[in-house]
Amino acid sequence: MSFSSIRQLATGEAIQRRIEQIAGPRWRRYLPERIIKLFLFLCATTSIFTTIGIVSVLLFEAVLFFQEVSIFEFLGSTRWTPLFSSKSFGVWPLITGTMLTSVGAMLVALPLGLLSAIYLAEYAPDRVRRVVKPIMEVLAGIPTVVYGYFALLFVTPLLRQIYGEISVFNGLSASIVMGIMILPMVSSLSEDAMQSVPRSLREGAYALGATRLEVATRVVVPAALSGIVAAFILAASRAIGETMIVTIAAGQNPNFTLNPFVPIETMTAYIVQVSLGDTPTGTIEFKTIFAVGLSLFVITLGMNLLSQYFVRRYREVYE
Amino acid sequence: MAVIAQTDFQKRLNRRRLNGRLFYALCLLAVVIALAMLAALLYNVLSQGLTRLSWDFLTNFPSRFPDRAGIQAALLGSVYVVGLAGSLAFILGVGAAIYLEEYSVRSWIARIIQVNIANLAGVPSIVYGILGLEIFVRFMELGKSVLAGGLTLALLVLPIVIIAAQEAIRAVPPSLREGGFALGATRWQVIWNLVLPYSFPGILTGMILAVSRALGETAPLIVMGALTFVPFAPDGPLSRFTVLPIQIFNWTSRPQEGFHVNAAAGIIVLLVVLLTMNAAAVYLRNKFQNRAHG
Repeated sequence: MSFSSIRQLATGEAIQRRIEQIAGPRWRRYLPERIIKLFLFLCATTSIFTTIGIVSVLLFEAVLFFQEVSIFEFLGSTRWTPLFSSKSFGVWPLITGTMLTSVGAMLVALPLGLLSAIYLAEYAPDRVRRVVKPIMEVLAGIPTVVYGYFALLFVTPLLRQIYGEISVFNGLSASIVMGIMILPMVSSLSEDAMQSVPRSLREGAYALGATRLEVATRVVVPAALSGIVAAFILAASRAIGETMIVTIAAGQNPNFTLNPFVPIETMTAYIVQVSLGDTPTGTIEFKTIFAVGLSLFVITLGMNLLSQYFVRRYREVYE
Repeated sequence: MAVIAQTDFQKRLNRRRLNGRLFYALCLLAVVIALAMLAALLYNVLSQGLTRLSWDFLTNFPSRFPDRAGIQAALLGSVYVVGLAGSLAFILGVGAAIYLEEYSVRSWIARIIQVNIANLAGVPSIVYGILGLEIFVRFMELGKSVLAGGLTLALLVLPIVIIAAQEAIRAVPPSLREGGFALGATRWQVIWNLVLPYSFPGILTGMILAVSRALGETAPLIVMGALTFVPFAPDGPLSRFTVLPIQIFNWTSRPQEGFHVNAAAGIIVLLVVLLTMNAAAVYLRNKFQNRAHG
């Protein structure tokens, strides 16, 4: 072997040439690579375009709506009757309806979810955990329309047997069932947060003579608090955006009230009501759904960002 | 003095232990309540709907008479719309995940996309319905069709697919890629022949979860303009349609008892499909985890 060919080998030129003999010229091998990379990049940007689409559609249509209806009426009045002949566009009844059902759902999901998370993370033997966790996940996988059926045709009749003054459509039944729906979310996210608390912290507390209860409530829960709070906020945001349970079980009467026994209407239920009706697109009645949708989007986005902030800002970092 | 302190301590210890036992009972009770609710839901649906299930129920079209109504149109609509949404979300989602994990891990655009996906996952599904109505139905003039419904649901489940596929791809050991590069493979050859086959079970698990989510969605399709009463099977991508959850919603909100029975029977069909899919996902995940650790 001559000196020059050894040098060529060392610089890889011979290898290059051999590759070109086998696999064709360089550009023909790399052009498909470029095209594929471009295609994958376009796939990745779909999510950006989705966000741009959502924001611009809501903003564009809401601006058209607010050209006809003053934003002060929208945020200042407490009467919501856009579908009647005497129209009034005060969004507050829809917001109180949404608040009522979401706060109610959180009152159910928060204690139950946190307690079952503590049970799963601190008490349950491995065998029980492996059975209970997937069953809880089934609760999370049930479609909301099924929960709606359950609320209207099982929970409401039950509640009416206990207390006769409750209407067929009411916020209470929807709240309870929505609480059950978001319970797995609270429980599994909180449990994840508790599982990531290091063992040494628990063992230190046990060594000081603490009981299980004291370890759970005074060591593990405070250490995992950022994750637990984030889970609560995410679950609340989910409850605010939930649609079918409240549409089916809570009614379509935008009452400005916090009474859980009477029919109400949430923001999401209102959007469904207009979509199901025969309101022509382009009318002011129809445009209300964009203003309501924008309010919903802003509220849930704010809560999601808050949840992410809690995870980042208050996370305890262990080595 | 020491004796008094001893008994005092003993008394307190007993109280602490009692509190502990009470708290344990409370935690257990919370789990039992959650499971009991699930049991009540399943029992209620089964006891109401099981007698209504029959071949006729699956193959009939909706009707004014509850005992003649069936779910054929809804079932076919669901298969078409969710099939379309699933295929689109698969291509776009896996493509996006490959780009984010293999091509541009730390670039600014990847970071923006990542934050964006996390926030999109929290947008209420009904907002996607508004997006679908404005962009696909009205702006692109697809009509309130199977195609528009499939596109809407594809965007809705896209974050789920991307996040699952990213995790699956991240779990591929770097040594596998390096081995491929050392043999002279191009980046795409490494991805196609090594990374994707290795991460496929994880991607599939994410896909199953995404499809089961799409299958249960009601609100976005109602807002987008899907029909509630469809006496025909969809015959193409531009055909109008309904889906199973909307049919269930429609029957639930009618006053007649007979339609409630139909709703329960429809729910049984929906839940059987969903639980089968979830079981498949759990099975795949366990298999995948074993291999990853083995």
